[in-house]
Amino acid sequence: MSPSATGSDATLGGARFGDRLFKAALTLTALAVPVLLGFLVFELWAGSREAIGEFGLGFLTSSEWDPVEGRFGALPLIFGTVVSSALALLIAVPLSLGVAIFLTEFAPMRIRGPVSFLIELLAAIPSVVYGLWGIFVMIPFLRATVFPFLKDTLGFLPFFQGPIYGPGMLSAAIILAIMVMPYIMSVSREVLLAVPNTQREAALALGATRWEALTGAVLPYARSGIIGAVILGLGRALGETMAVTMVIGNRHEIAASLFAPGYTMAAAIANEFAEAVENIHLSALSYVALTLFVVTVLINAAARLLIWRVAQGGGGKSA
Amino acid sequence: MTATLPGRTAMPHASSLKPTLAARGAPATRGPGGEPVVEAREFRFSYGPTEVLKGISLGVARNAVTAIIGPSGCGKSTFLRAINRMHELLPDVRHGGDLLLDGQSIYAPGRDLVDLRRRIGMVFQRPNPFPKSIFDNVAYGPTVNRLALKRDLPELVERCLRQAALWDEVKDRLHEPGTGLSGGQQQRLCIARALANSPEVLLMDEPCSALDPIATQKVEELIFALKEHYTIAIVTHNMQQAARVSDFTGFFDSGELIEFGDTDQLFTAPAHERTEAYITGRFG
Ligand SMILES: Nc1ncnc2c1ncn2[C@@H]1O[C@H](COP(=O)(O)OP(=O)(O)OP(=O)(O)O)[C@@H](O)[C@H]1O
Ligand SMILES: [Mg+2]
Repeated sequence: MSPSATGSDATLGGARFGDRLFKAALTLTALAVPVLLGFLVFELWAGSREAIGEFGLGFLTSSEWDPVEGRFGALPLIFGTVVSSALALLIAVPLSLGVAIFLTEFAPMRIRGPVSFLIELLAAIPSVVYGLWGIFVMIPFLRATVFPFLKDTLGFLPFFQGPIYGPGMLSAAIILAIMVMPYIMSVSREVLLAVPNTQREAALALGATRWEALTGAVLPYARSGIIGAVILGLGRALGETMAVTMVIGNRHEIAASLFAPGYTMAAAIANEFAEAVENIHLSALSYVALTLFVVTVLINAAARLLIWRVAQGGGGKSA
Repeated sequence: MTATLPGRTAMPHASSLKPTLAARGAPATRGPGGEPVVEAREFRFSYGPTEVLKGISLGVARNAVTAIIGPSGCGKSTFLRAINRMHELLPDVRHGGDLLLDGQSIYAPGRDLVDLRRRIGMVFQRPNPFPKSIFDNVAYGPTVNRLALKRDLPELVERCLRQAALWDEVKDRLHEPGTGLSGGQQQRLCIARALANSPEVLLMDEPCSALDPIATQKVEELIFALKEHYTIAIVTHNMQQAARVSDFTGFFDSGELIEFGDTDQLFTAPAHERTEAYITGRFG
């Protein structure tokens, strides 16, 4: 080989080698994810083996939680997790969608940027700060105003009966709603911004009002992306630990009243892990973690399926 | 005003189809073709500080096709979109002068935009069907404007799709998404959708720019057939297309209307040398 040929060959070979190295590195990283996941599930399962052997699937339907007697059941925790997250979404979705729609479609240009920046800033606040704020500001306020009002007006419903403690399911749902709002808001805002202006123009040019253009053209186009935003919020709500445990009341109970204290899976694990001395208690907490994992995966899978169905049904592009 | 008046006496190329202009004595601001449906009077438009339209005066004649040609960026789309106030979504735009529809100002305060846009349909440069079924796309206008009863919709949709020369291709798949059609079919779907509102005026902004020659020919035939019932204003970059489909042509350059007149006349004996340079491709 002549020196000049060697030079160019080396460059080419170098590039090819670099490519291969890069590809190998990426493949390894990609493989690490399922491996880690498998490892995680295995660890959870190994940790909960004792509790699984002791309580079986009855663990999921029992409401007993007695570390002294060594009897454990996770139903109140599952109930608390699902109900607080669902309620949080019920509050947060309309609000954040409304804000996102206002900011992309109706707000004056010069306030759009600053307002969305402020809302996104909310996502950066550590959850323990939310928890403290919940204890010192939100709960006293709710206990003095909103809760009595709900009790007076909707007190005929079982959800708004009984004593008002302050910390409880509704307080947790409200703080969760505040925490997931920035996520849902900013993702739906991105999704709405990604709706091509030609879609709005198409509707307006056909004589639609701004509102009709929104409901008839913009939202259908953004539909699957918005569902994605909601799922992101749901994921956050299901796993949120710190703020929830600070305001939910932490009692292993299922109550119809939303004023009553409750507990969630994540909160129980975080609270009791340090105090658990008995092996069976630790194992039960591990079992709770496994359950939380499975519940989260199931809910996410169902949500993906929903997005997929919606996208199939002539919806717009997914975000 | 910079528009050159169209020749009013000698019209050697005017076909018998076209309305005669001679001896009508229309005022100078009017274009050819008698009482205009849409009329621009010294219309100006700016995006922020840049004035894009610098006093346009022309009339769009009833039941005729008026073509607007001119180099890229000269303000053709801006003008067309101003006619149904499509600029309203943009911040910081201003206009001056006036645009009239049937003699009434389009920009009058309190003008009902929904009614205006129902009467002035628009087909955009890029096909923009909704991600809905073909049927729902066409039915959208009549539904939001409450023009038709639900039970009359199938008939209306069929009629519009036939008018847009699309019916035979989609009649078995009306409930599939309109976004699944080919580009040319999508554009004809958008035309059908605009027709469903029974507009008086149809604005078309380069409706064939995304289409292949066969689809282009279909759309051109369609435009020719439509002018019996509609008044059409079309922006096009294609000289042959302007010559083929239009009765009147306006040549825009840098936000000014350089020349406006009978299509045959403008293409064979342009009065202005810039027009001639543009249509013969010697434009610099
Ligand atoms: N939304 C906007 N904001 C600011 N300037 C704009 C906007 N839209 C168009 N312009 C400017 O206005 C001028 C005219 O634009 P317009 O789209 O009307 O041109 P056109 O004649 O339709 O060109 P083309 O043939 O390329 O479509 C251009 O210089 C363009 O840069
Ligand atoms: Mg244009």
